[in-house]
Amino acid sequence: MEAFAASLLGIAFHGVAYGMILYAISVGLSVTMGLMGFINLAHGVFAMAGGYLMVTAMAKFGLPWLPALALASAAVGLGSMVLERALYARLYRAGELEQVLFTIGLIFIAVAVARLAYGPLPQAAPLPEYMKGHLEAGGRVFPVYRAVVIGSSAVLIAVLWLGLERTRWGAMVRAAVDNGPMAESVGIDTGRLFTLTFALGSALAAFGGALGADLIAITPTYPFEQLVYFLIVVSIGGLGTLRGPFLGALLIGIGDTACKYWVPQFGSFFIYAATMALLLWRPRGLLGRA
Amino acid sequence: MPAESPTAIGYASAPGLRAVEFLPWALALAVYFAAPTYVPLGAYILIICLFALSLDLVVGYGGIVTLGHSAYFGLGAYVAGVLAVRLEGDPLIGLAVAALAAGLFGLATGAVVLRTSGLALLMLTLAIVSIVFEVANKWTEVTGGADGLNNVPVKPILGVFEFDFHGRTAYLYCLAVLAAGWWLVRTIVCSPFGVALTGARENDERMLAVGAPVYRRRLRAYTISAALAGVAGALLTQTTQFVGLSAVSFELSGEILVMLVLGGTGRLYGAFVGPLAYIVARDYLAKQTPEYWYMGIGVLLVLIVLFARGGILGVIDKWLQLYKQKSSARASAR
Repeated sequence: MEAFAASLLGIAFHGVAYGMILYAISVGLSVTMGLMGFINLAHGVFAMAGGYLMVTAMAKFGLPWLPALALASAAVGLGSMVLERALYARLYRAGELEQVLFTIGLIFIAVAVARLAYGPLPQAAPLPEYMKGHLEAGGRVFPVYRAVVIGSSAVLIAVLWLGLERTRWGAMVRAAVDNGPMAESVGIDTGRLFTLTFALGSALAAFGGALGADLIAITPTYPFEQLVYFLIVVSIGGLGTLRGPFLGALLIGIGDTACKYWVPQFGSFFIYAATMALLLWRPRGLLGRA
Repeated sequence: MPAESPTAIGYASAPGLRAVEFLPWALALAVYFAAPTYVPLGAYILIICLFALSLDLVVGYGGIVTLGHSAYFGLGAYVAGVLAVRLEGDPLIGLAVAALAAGLFGLATGAVVLRTSGLALLMLTLAIVSIVFEVANKWTEVTGGADGLNNVPVKPILGVFEFDFHGRTAYLYCLAVLAAGWWLVRTIVCSPFGVALTGARENDERMLAVGAPVYRRRLRAYTISAALAGVAGALLTQTTQFVGLSAVSFELSGEILVMLVLGGTGRLYGAFVGPLAYIVARDYLAKQTPEYWYMGIGVLLVLIVLFARGGILGVIDKWLQLYKQKSSARASAR
């Protein structure tokens, strides 16, 4: 019984850490999909780019861990802004097939560039010493790194939710998700709003990718391998909200950790099966709007 | 999906064969007789053409964007492999059983998937292929897990034609099966059923309004397509005597979609042109540096989406139309 309780606690802790990373990466995907109806399969590219840029910032320019993380996120955000204006914006009105193909094309390019620049092996920025230890609480030990992941993601979520609920930008985003044409007709520049939101979402993905490099290994095939997980989080949570993917990410994070702990011989089978069942019951996700 | 050139859909024309439609078959036979070194690669291309053809029925004519079609391809491949290893190595029985299994699985999963649309549909197809992959990966006693099934025994076709070392029997076998599949799909898309399917692709609400059972039509097309994909998978197992995890991977689903779009969707022959161009180019380019190959394909995809929707055949169509317009203008000027 004692051992079972301990394993439950361990699964909850590791699952929440994993879920937080999934959330940081996927929340931008959810908002941009809800806002623009654009099926962006290439979202994982931004997370991968964050991870690689952080490695470069630390190894080549000798930046400490925290500034490197911030720099990587900001750089990816800026880069995605250019990409959005130059390419994505042309396809907002295109069909589903075009959007899917276009973003698959972007993934191919990103995979090739990553392999040319960094080689096929996983890369991770070295953790600073103070994150390598363990915390003790209530007679149990927890890795500091995962505690930092949970803590910083919690702060991020609080800022994000406050921003969307309290600021003018948040109100404009909510208006545009609810009814784009109406938002435009009351004078909201939805084009600029899309670009800024897209950049923010990509920067968050880069933050998640770089911060979570020790949980989800950064390899050139990252955008393909993790795509299913990001899409599951977004689709079971519901598009266009902040709370939806949060719920989805926690469910998947804890569920996946539990499956790998208790029934490793089934791999991720139950996650996929549960996703199917859930989508049949609620095609728009748990918190999606009808 | 926008209809770009009404001539390309072809449902207005009677299903009589045009001269140009013999071209692929003549080319295939020419390769068989003139270039024996390319026969093994040719057999592989024929199999992928059949797979792309099955996908065209769903994506090109049905307008259903799926990322999970390799689930049916892989299921057919594994069914044919397991059947041959455990029970019966006759290739035609293997094809029939693979078609039946993939068709039934297509019916069951299609009944679920086609109730949704947009992101949920895409996600469900991804989940299906992921589930099949996990089963193939973890059910090691039957599927061989990550090693796959090696040395799958294959008896002679009809008890007469033995598979030879140079792959010549395999090539003709694949060609015959592809021709049968092509004839089936061609008949379907030219039939009233096919026209209704295309109508639902263009505007499903209007088709519902005129009383067409859109969901049932789509489900039927999806099931047929899954069965055809299963046949293609079984062909791959029988001709290579091997089946592995790459046959059920999500990457294969993406690649086959890329090949189909490269050739042109909803045109029937896009499924021949795309895989041919893709696989031949990959055979030449990817050997030296696979990175540049992937980058090239990515750039090409982006360019196709931005500038050349309709793929290779779409571009050829446009040039032909321009040429005709010019020559008719010249004729009227005289």
